[in-house]
Amino acid sequence: MADLHNHDIEPTRPDLGLEAVSSAPVVNDGPAPMGKQLLGFWVTFRAMFKKPNTVQYPEVKEPTAERFHGRHQLNRHPDGLEKCIGCELCAWACPADAIYVEGAANTPENTMSPGERYGKVYQINYLRCVFCGLCIEACPTRALTMTNEYELADNSRESLIFEKQDLLAPLRAGMLMPPHPMYPEMNDTNYYKGDVPHAHPSQEVKND
Amino acid sequence: MSNEVVDMITVVIDGFEVSVPKGTLVIRAAEKLGIQIPRFCDHPLLDPVGACRQCLVDIEINGRAFPKPQASCTIPVEPGMIVKTQLTSAVAKKAQEGVMEMLLINHPLDCPVCDKGGECPLQNQAMSNGQSDSRFEGTKRTFEKPIHISSQVLLDRERCVLCARCTRFSEQIASDPFITLNERGALQQVGIYEKQPFESYFSGNTVQICPVGALTGASYRFRARPFDLVSTPSACEHCASGCSLRTDVRRGKTLRRLAGDDAEVNEEWNCDKGRWAFKYVTAADRLTHPMVRNASGELQEASWPEAIAAAAAGLQKTSAAVLVGGRASVEDAYGYSKFARVTLGTNNIDFRSRISTAEERDFIASTVVRAKTTYRDIDRADSVLLVGFEPEEESPIVFLRIHKQVRKRALKVTAIASKLSIGNEKLSANFVCVAPGSEATALPSVALTAQSVILVGERACESAGLLSAIAALAEKTGAKLAWIPRRAGERGAIAAGAIGNLLPGGRPVADASARVDVAAAWGVTSIPSSLGLSSDEIIAAVNKGTIGALVVGGVDPLDGENHHEMLEALQKAFVVSLEIRPSAVTTLADVVLPVAAVTEKSGSFLDWEGRSRNFEAAVVDSLQRSDVRLLSMIADEMSKPISLSTVKAASKEFASLGNWDGAPSALSLTSVQTVSALQANEALLTSWRRLLDEGSLQQGEENLAGTARKPVVVISPKRAASIGVTDGEAVRVSNSHGAIVLPVLVEAIHDDAVWLPRNSRGSHLLATFGVASGAVVTVVKD
Ligand code: SF4
Ligand code: SF4
Ligand code: SF4
Ligand code: SF4
Ligand code: FES
Repeated sequence: MADLHNHDIEPTRPDLGLEAVSSAPVVNDGPAPMGKQLLGFWVTFRAMFKKPNTVQYPEVKEPTAERFHGRHQLNRHPDGLEKCIGCELCAWACPADAIYVEGAANTPENTMSPGERYGKVYQINYLRCVFCGLCIEACPTRALTMTNEYELADNSRESLIFEKQDLLAPLRAGMLMPPHPMYPEMNDTNYYKGDVPHAHPSQEVKND
Repeated sequence: MSNEVVDMITVVIDGFEVSVPKGTLVIRAAEKLGIQIPRFCDHPLLDPVGACRQCLVDIEINGRAFPKPQASCTIPVEPGMIVKTQLTSAVAKKAQEGVMEMLLINHPLDCPVCDKGGECPLQNQAMSNGQSDSRFEGTKRTFEKPIHISSQVLLDRERCVLCARCTRFSEQIASDPFITLNERGALQQVGIYEKQPFESYFSGNTVQICPVGALTGASYRFRARPFDLVSTPSACEHCASGCSLRTDVRRGKTLRRLAGDDAEVNEEWNCDKGRWAFKYVTAADRLTHPMVRNASGELQEASWPEAIAAAAAGLQKTSAAVLVGGRASVEDAYGYSKFARVTLGTNNIDFRSRISTAEERDFIASTVVRAKTTYRDIDRADSVLLVGFEPEEESPIVFLRIHKQVRKRALKVTAIASKLSIGNEKLSANFVCVAPGSEATALPSVALTAQSVILVGERACESAGLLSAIAALAEKTGAKLAWIPRRAGERGAIAAGAIGNLLPGGRPVADASARVDVAAAWGVTSIPSSLGLSSDEIIAAVNKGTIGALVVGGVDPLDGENHHEMLEALQKAFVVSLEIRPSAVTTLADVVLPVAAVTEKSGSFLDWEGRSRNFEAAVVDSLQRSDVRLLSMIADEMSKPISLSTVKAASKEFASLGNWDGAPSALSLTSVQTVSALQANEALLTSWRRLLDEGSLQQGEENLAGTARKPVVVISPKRAASIGVTDGEAVRVSNSHGAIVLPVLVEAIHDDAVWLPRNSRGSHLLATFGVASGAVVTVVKD
């Protein structure tokens, strides 16, 4: 045990100039002079005429800062195919172990994303997530981004584990609901380069 | 080999001296110092090629330096050599970075979708030994991807770094040269022959040794990342080769198994069955709850105490026997063995749920229990004799080991069989062609010395007189003898005494002092002294009414020749079945107890050498119990405890018993049966099980089944001419029980014989014919 007290192995601390700070105890030596006290009350008095900061949430909702880290979103390519390739890099980067991903292979009948692989299972556990955004940085396809949505309270554990369908971005104009084939004459590289403008009529899967 | 004198050579690497045996490669010598030289093509078990150039180092011999950096994986150490790796030589470092940059020029940015990501030597070494920036701005070479080179191996040519590990493995280790490097320059790529997919029993090893994600397994594709997996060292449950494996589990589900590294046994290889056949564990029909047959004759789910009580009550009422399959772990087999003797008070136990004979049982007690032949003996043998044994199909690692010596020093292999197999062709074996059942007659013609090794398979018992003749031959010549069963648990079951004539540790039941030994260790007054019945005799006794109850663990009635009798016996007797999945036994059982599969429990197997192969539970949160725990509970309920409530307790007690040091029982010669004369369209049946077939442990893995060899009927050219068929035409093989129609293959086979796979698609001999070898069948054109 003696080794633990060996000062040679103690890490050297950077000099923060702490020696200059007095370590004498702070003593309360009686009330402050009248002038100083009035100065204090002036601060309080002045605040009475300021516009209040309080927002009547939830009746009133204020927009967040632009880059606020809110709920995640799984984005889509302009034709509706999912951007997520199920690579698990977000799960790997997550310091809170909040993400669970299982990949699977795209097949001609079931193409969810451009290329060989898509995310079959995608879960984020919001009881764990600390909204650090490291997952966003890790995502190689920009599939995962964060929205500004912050209303994530609920009363059960299960409902706070968001599944893929809870996280997927909605279909916008020009998008088709996957699975559907890739844009004709385009490969996954074209998708990443942004060459796909919107869904092509031939991508529509007919259910006959 | 330990007594050989080895010349040591001392070299200096990065300023450190190291002494290594002559012939050691520089890259290995550096490893000894803990210096990691980056590499791709180098593999300790493959011949050096110097294909990737990643391992460049500066070398100087006696003051004379090589003008350029050299590949350290191809150059053996020499006296006076001074090596400077990337750690001390700027030139070596720059050379390595240059090679890495070249490799990455055409390498796709696939890491996020690549199965190797996270455990990829290219990723890792690009980080440790590459430059941080790429200067390449052109367009990368692309190929169509991925392509299936077999139903279970996918090739992505864009990712390949052309290290030739896969092609060297296939050629040098497996002797299945189905893949090669085609083209040159930037277009160089791994390819298969147009007509021959990569259907090798060992193809999975190429996936494991590919240093990038160019070869991937179809079953593991996109399933997980290394950080998801919990790895457990395990042993393979599929055959008696005894491979050590690594089982990778994600959330309670086995996702893949890799070959473990055991230089004494499987080196770094395994076969595709051991690697990919594990889906049976997660099959939807796994038994999960105990079941008891109710008053109206239906199986009904029951609680554990109810089921245990029902089993105990049924077994108490009448005389009972134990049938335990050849797949039990040593601990479980020991549990069955002790349960039979202590709780049921009988020696009627047999693990041989397959074709077996009394001669084999005597052979086991007299010869197998003291056999000490090992893989090392194959390495040192002057010749190997194979009888009733197809190493490639029945114990693939034995095949790899023999092949290694055949390749290295042209080891002489002789095979006594009725048909020349693909495996024996690869071993350049001297094929001694005999009619099925006449193997023993060929034995005297084989020259053997004390340095020779005789490997005899479990099928040898199917030829009367063969086992005793082999034992006598080994005795006479001093050759080393090994009996290689097919199933992983058989050697362990022998050691555990799960057979009527042996107690644990190879103690003969017939020997009074052996019985006293075991009785004392078990704390019972005595062990039954009469020899136990064999599987077939037990079944006959049930049908006669002298045995009223059966404890059946992991037995498939269709594995024996007498399955009609067996089913009848199961119907008659009170049956307690311990199983992982429903079988023909389940439907007839009175109490069904679900048990743990190998990945869900700990334990051990003995491989064919008798070497212990331990495994730990890979799926730790499984609720399933090992057989031995359940037997212990039933024994408690019957107030004749065996006190083996855990696998650990069983293994400890079994180890404490030790091996029998008294004389083993003697083996008397059994006479060889004469073969009856054949009609023109009659033939003698011969068969074996293929490595990949319809075995129950391979179910649920379609990608693996896709590489199984196609079922065929094999006949000799003479017979083909006489019945007027050519390759590929349908032939009908039949006996009084049934018929099988398959395409014919005309090959080197005894004129009197016809060969079919024993348990492949469309060819289930025991179910159709009721026999599997030696019997007369009719062969006609369909
Ligand atoms: S924001 Fe941070 S904690 Fe939340 S999922 Fe992403 S990486 Fe994990
Ligand atoms: S969200 Fe991005 S990082 Fe996560 S699995 Fe999908 S593609 Fe990969
Ligand atoms: S496929 Fe893999 S093992 Fe084969 S040459 Fe290419 S990189 Fe090497
Ligand atoms: S050779 Fe036998 S022990 Fe090895 S992996 Fe294959 S089946 Fe398993
Ligand atoms: S490792 Fe030496 S050349 Fe490939």
